[in-house]
Amino acid sequence: MSALLSIDKLVKRFGGLTATDHVDFAVAPGEVHAIIGPNGAGKTTLISQLAGELHPDEGSIHFDGRDISRATVPERSLLGLGRSYQISQIFRDFTALQNVMLAVQAHAGHSFSFFRPALREAALLEPARAALTQVGLANRMHVPAAAMAHGEHRQLELAMTLAISPKLLLLDEPMAGMSQAESEEMVQLLKGLKGQYGIVLVEHDMDAVFALADRVSVLVYGRIIACGTPDEIRNNPDVKDAYLGDQEEAV
Amino acid sequence: MDKATNWSSPRFYVPAIVLLGLALLPVYSMVAGQPFYVTLFSRIMIFALAALGLNLILGYGGLVSFGHALYLGVGAYAVGILSFHGITNGWVHLAAALGIGIVTASLIGTIVLRTSGMTFIMITLAFAQMGYFFVVSLKAYGGDDGLTIDNRSSMVLFDLSNHTVLYYAILVCLAGVFLVFTRLIGSRFGMVLRGVKSNERRMLALGFPTFRYKLVGYVISAQVCVLAGFFLANLTKFASPSYMVWQVSGDLIVMAVLGGMGTLFGPVIGAILYLVVEEFLSSLNPGWFPKVEDVLNKHWLALMGLFVILMVLGFRKGLYGYLVEREQKKLEKRAQS
Repeated sequence: MSALLSIDKLVKRFGGLTATDHVDFAVAPGEVHAIIGPNGAGKTTLISQLAGELHPDEGSIHFDGRDISRATVPERSLLGLGRSYQISQIFRDFTALQNVMLAVQAHAGHSFSFFRPALREAALLEPARAALTQVGLANRMHVPAAAMAHGEHRQLELAMTLAISPKLLLLDEPMAGMSQAESEEMVQLLKGLKGQYGIVLVEHDMDAVFALADRVSVLVYGRIIACGTPDEIRNNPDVKDAYLGDQEEAV
Repeated sequence: MDKATNWSSPRFYVPAIVLLGLALLPVYSMVAGQPFYVTLFSRIMIFALAALGLNLILGYGGLVSFGHALYLGVGAYAVGILSFHGITNGWVHLAAALGIGIVTASLIGTIVLRTSGMTFIMITLAFAQMGYFFVVSLKAYGGDDGLTIDNRSSMVLFDLSNHTVLYYAILVCLAGVFLVFTRLIGSRFGMVLRGVKSNERRMLALGFPTFRYKLVGYVISAQVCVLAGFFLANLTKFASPSYMVWQVSGDLIVMAVLGGMGTLFGPVIGAILYLVVEEFLSSLNPGWFPKVEDVLNKHWLALMGLFVILMVLGFRKGLYGYLVEREQKKLEKRAQS
């Protein structure tokens, strides 16, 4: 099976700091690949290069058989890379439904249509409603996003990412700032998505990572120090040293 | 949510009353024997049109252009220069104005839209100043002094040399642009513009190549100002560099803010308010002590400034924006109870 996403010797430097240091990994279709690592390990930098907001200094990114190393953010999105942000990036002035409709619109041809009311287009409404239902916001569709709770913003963020029918989800800490109960709900939700999409999951919540991931890469100082199944990672002494051990001590 | 027409909403009755009032004004001015009102309100509607155009990118796209006076100038000089060379056909004037407008706005837009925030404000200002000094340097066309236009554009079907016909031509364009924009902001294109204002980073991640949408929005916005410039030259029979001076760009922003930036009709209300108050204050004659009056007449601009400050402090979302917001809150309360 050929990889959906493959990253080859990716390097990103900020001045003297090598934030991404010769990173390689691949994600098969339907696979959940988690990236863990301590704060400042370069996880968000890595995700930003995959999404196209940052350009790598060296190395290449192939997605769905194409070299996308030089593609812009919207181009990658249209190819099927769906990204959710660590800090919710939503349209606060719009309702939940309008937020997701705009996501659908992005992938429904060009938007040089100047007269037809977009909010009444069934082609935008139906998929938007479906995505909101999928993430559990069915009865919150007409609430302005600004009036929603933090956990709901996370759900909305995911709904917008799903609405563009991506092939690969880039999820940057989808559980960030969530309560225990909300996190568990989100894990259930993501379990439901497993198998349908390739997923690159960056997450701090280790229970979530071990519950969801097929494979885990451990990033420390921009370098992948280990990659394997959740069990292998749990028992890897280097990882324990660099990361898991720290966390246990901290807890 | 998005109900068809809600007659009791200020979104409907305010524009209806104002446009109806404007339509009846020439009748009143005739009855009252004050033909001056027609000229005054022609000018007010021209600026309302320009502010409406600016607000498309300012209020809906979040792009603070500090250089839209440039496009007033493009419209005015198209009329002035063509008339100077003996071309008096108004349709040719209009076509030339819009044609030059589209080229200028596309070129300038392509450059300025690569920036954002404060840089965008400054670079739009810089381009407008370049336009200003360019026409000042055109000695053949009056340079600093401006260019007198002997006759108004002659439009087949419309006799613009008649003040009232010109007045109604402006009113029809104002109402027309307003109605078109009402549809526009709810269309796919409008949703993209509003999305860019709200969160451009997200728009890119969703897959919108936002630059091209911003550019088209910028060009449409500029073209409405070009149209306003075309009328301004016809009203004053004059094309002057003073139309393009940076204060005019500032006035347009103030008009949009006074009426309500995030609303469609706000800039029209703002323009009327701003220019009526300006007219009132600049000819203030309360019959008090001559000395007080003297000070007032000399320093009416200070009062104007005070007025703008008080308005902005009192109505943060603009006068019309305030009405719309109040209604929205009422609706939300009703929905909750």
